[in-house]
Amino acid sequence: MKLRKGIPLIDQGNKLGFWGGKFGGNFVPETLKKPIEDLEILFNNLKKDKKFIAERDRYFKNWIGTPTRFIKLENLTKHVGGAQIYSKVVSDANGGAHKIYNATVHCLLAKRSGKKFICGDTGAGYAGKMLSMAAKKFGLKCKIFMGAKDIARQQPNVKAIKKNGAEIIPVYSGSKTLVDAVSECMRFWVANCDTTSMCVGSTVGPAVFVRICGWSTSQISRELKIQLVEEFGSVPKKLKLYNCVGGGSSSFGFWNEFMDYNKKQCEFIGVEAGGPAKSKKHAAPLTYGSKIGILHGAAQYVNQNSEGQIEETESISAGLDYPGISPLHCFLKDTKRARYTSASDEDALKAYKLVTKFEKLRPSLEPSHAFFVAISESKKFSKDTIVVVNSCGDAYKDKEILEQRLGKKYVKSN
Amino acid sequence: MLNPISTAFKIAKKENRPALLTYTVAGDGSKKQSLNILKSISENVDILEVGVPHNTPVADGSQIQTSAYRAIKNGIKINDIFNIIKEFKKSNKNKPVILMGYYNMIFQYGENDYIKKCKTSGVNGLIVVDLPWPENKNFANKCKKKSIYFVQLLSPTTTNKRLKKIIKDSHQMNYFISMLSTTGGKLKVTPKEILKNYNKIKKINPKKQTVIGFGITEKTIGKFRCADGLVVGSAICNEITRSLNNRQNPVTNVSKLVKNLKKKII
Repeated sequence: MKLRKGIPLIDQGNKLGFWGGKFGGNFVPETLKKPIEDLEILFNNLKKDKKFIAERDRYFKNWIGTPTRFIKLENLTKHVGGAQIYSKVVSDANGGAHKIYNATVHCLLAKRSGKKFICGDTGAGYAGKMLSMAAKKFGLKCKIFMGAKDIARQQPNVKAIKKNGAEIIPVYSGSKTLVDAVSECMRFWVANCDTTSMCVGSTVGPAVFVRICGWSTSQISRELKIQLVEEFGSVPKKLKLYNCVGGGSSSFGFWNEFMDYNKKQCEFIGVEAGGPAKSKKHAAPLTYGSKIGILHGAAQYVNQNSEGQIEETESISAGLDYPGISPLHCFLKDTKRARYTSASDEDALKAYKLVTKFEKLRPSLEPSHAFFVAISESKKFSKDTIVVVNSCGDAYKDKEILEQRLGKKYVKSN
Repeated sequence: MLNPISTAFKIAKKENRPALLTYTVAGDGSKKQSLNILKSISENVDILEVGVPHNTPVADGSQIQTSAYRAIKNGIKINDIFNIIKEFKKSNKNKPVILMGYYNMIFQYGENDYIKKCKTSGVNGLIVVDLPWPENKNFANKCKKKSIYFVQLLSPTTTNKRLKKIIKDSHQMNYFISMLSTTGGKLKVTPKEILKNYNKIKKINPKKQTVIGFGITEKTIGKFRCADGLVVGSAICNEITRSLNNRQNPVTNVSKLVKNLKKKII
C-alpha cells in the first residue's frame, strides 16, 4: 500500500472507490447506486470546472470568511517551554467550525442537480448547524438527523439549527449518537433520493461523500500553507500538525496540502477520543487497533465485536463520538503517513483549561483533545519545531458540559 | 439437483399463483420461538427468508430494526442462526431458506467460512443488502460454485443498462424493491406503476424468477398476484412485536397472519 505523489489523496481510490485497495468503497443498498453515481459524475465534472471553483471560492471568501486566522500562542508556548505552538483558528469560520466548508459545497452541488431538499447528519451539532445555514442561504429545505443523546448535550447548536428553519429529526435507536444519526439519515435518503440531496457530515460514508468532504475542508490547509510561508518564508523544516479525529474531516482538510511533504519535515498527528479514563468504551478505532469492517457504506477500521456488530462508543465530545473513521485516515495510518493517538475526556478538559487560561482562544471539546497531545509532546520538542493545532470548533456549544465538569468560571471567563 | 428455490417457484407456477416469501429475524422472540415460527409458517410459505440481525441496518425501517435489536439483545450469534436453520431443515428438508443480512457480518465471519456453513446447515440462497453489483461479483461466484443462489436486488432507480448487466450475471432469482423506501414503508406508488417496472425487468429475461418486496402487506398483496413471488417482512416483524407487547404467543399469531396472506394469493 502506497501513497502517490502529485495526485490529490481523494482521487487515489481505485475504480470501485477503495483507497489502498481496501478502505472505502460503496457498500450501499441498490437503490442508492444511481443517486451516488449521479453525484459522482456531477462532482467529478464540477471540481474541474473553473467557474464552479470560482463560485465556491467566492462563497468561501465572502460568506464563510476566509482565510481563518493563523496565530501564535505566545503564552502557551512560554508556559510549555519547548516547541513554538501555533493555532489555525478554523472556528473563526462563519458558524464557528470547519463543517461549513462541506455544507456549503453540498448545497452548491444540490443546487446544480436541481434538488430542492437536503438532509444531513450531525453529532456535535456543527455539521447540522452549518448545513442548516447553507441550506437557508441557498434556498433549500433542510432536515437534520441527530441522536437524542446529542440533542440533550449540544443544545446551543440545536437551537441554531432550528433558528435556521431546518427540521431536526431526533434519533432514538442504538446509542442515540452520531452513528445512529448517520444511519437514519441514510435511510431517509434511500426513501427520498429522487427529490433530496444528502450531505454526509464528515469524510465518511460511500466514497463520493468522503471525496466531496475532503475536497471541501482542504481549504484549511490551502490557507495554512500560504500563512506558513508568510510567517516563516517557507514551509518550516520541522512542522507538526495536530488535529482531533472523529470522522476525520477537519484533520484531513488540515493536512491535505502537505501530503507530499516528507513526514520528517511535516508530521501529521491525529488525536482520537479515548473516552472517559475509567471506561473501556472509546471512539478511537485507529489508536486501539480495531479491525476493518463495513460501516455506513465504507470499509474502515471500526469498533465492533467479533460478529461484526458495531460497538457503542463513549466520549465527552459528541463530534468525535463515532465508532468508525474515514477511509482516508485508515489509508494514512497504514501507509504510515500520519500517526494516531488518543486523549481521554479528562485530558481534553485539562487542555481546555490550560489553553483558555493562557490564550484568548476557546477550543471546543473536539480540538481540546488535539491540544492535549500537542501540549504534552511540545515539551519534548526543540525550540525550532513548529507545532500547529487546528482549533476547528468553538466551545460555545459545550458550555453546559464545561460548566458541569469545570464550574461556571470556565464558561464565563471567555 | 435443482436448488429448492427453483422448485418452489415451479410449484407455485403450477398452482397459478405467486410464491409466498416471508422474512423473519433469526432469534426474534427467542431462538426457540424464531425456530417455531419458521416451522409453523412453513406449510403456507414457499420460501423462507431468515434475517441475520445487524445493529446498524441502513436499509431497514423501524419494524425490522425493532426485531433485529430484540434478537441481538437476546444474544443471538451467527452460529446460533446456522443451528436454527439446521434444526428447521431436519423436518423440512426441501423448504428453501434464504439468509438475508448485511455484508459486515459475512466479512467478519469470512466469506468462504460463511458459505461453507451455509452449505452444511442447508441455506439455499443469500441476500446481502449492502453488497450491490458489481461489488458482489466475486462473492456471488463463490456462492454459485456451492449451488447457493446469490439473489440480486433491483430497484426503481436501477437504470436499464444496469438492469441488463445485473440480470445477465444474476442466478435464478432476483428481488425487485418495489419503491424508494426502507423496509416497512407504506406503499407510496400505485401497484400499476410497480408492476410496470416489474414487467420491464421480467422482459429482460423471463426465465429468471423475480420477486417483489417492500410495502407488501395483507392489504396490498392481492394486487400483485401476477408476480413470480411476493415478500412480506415488516408486517410479520410487526406482528411479533405486537404479540410480545400484548403477551400473546407470536408463533400462533404469525401463523394466522401468514395463512391470511396465502389466502389472498390463491
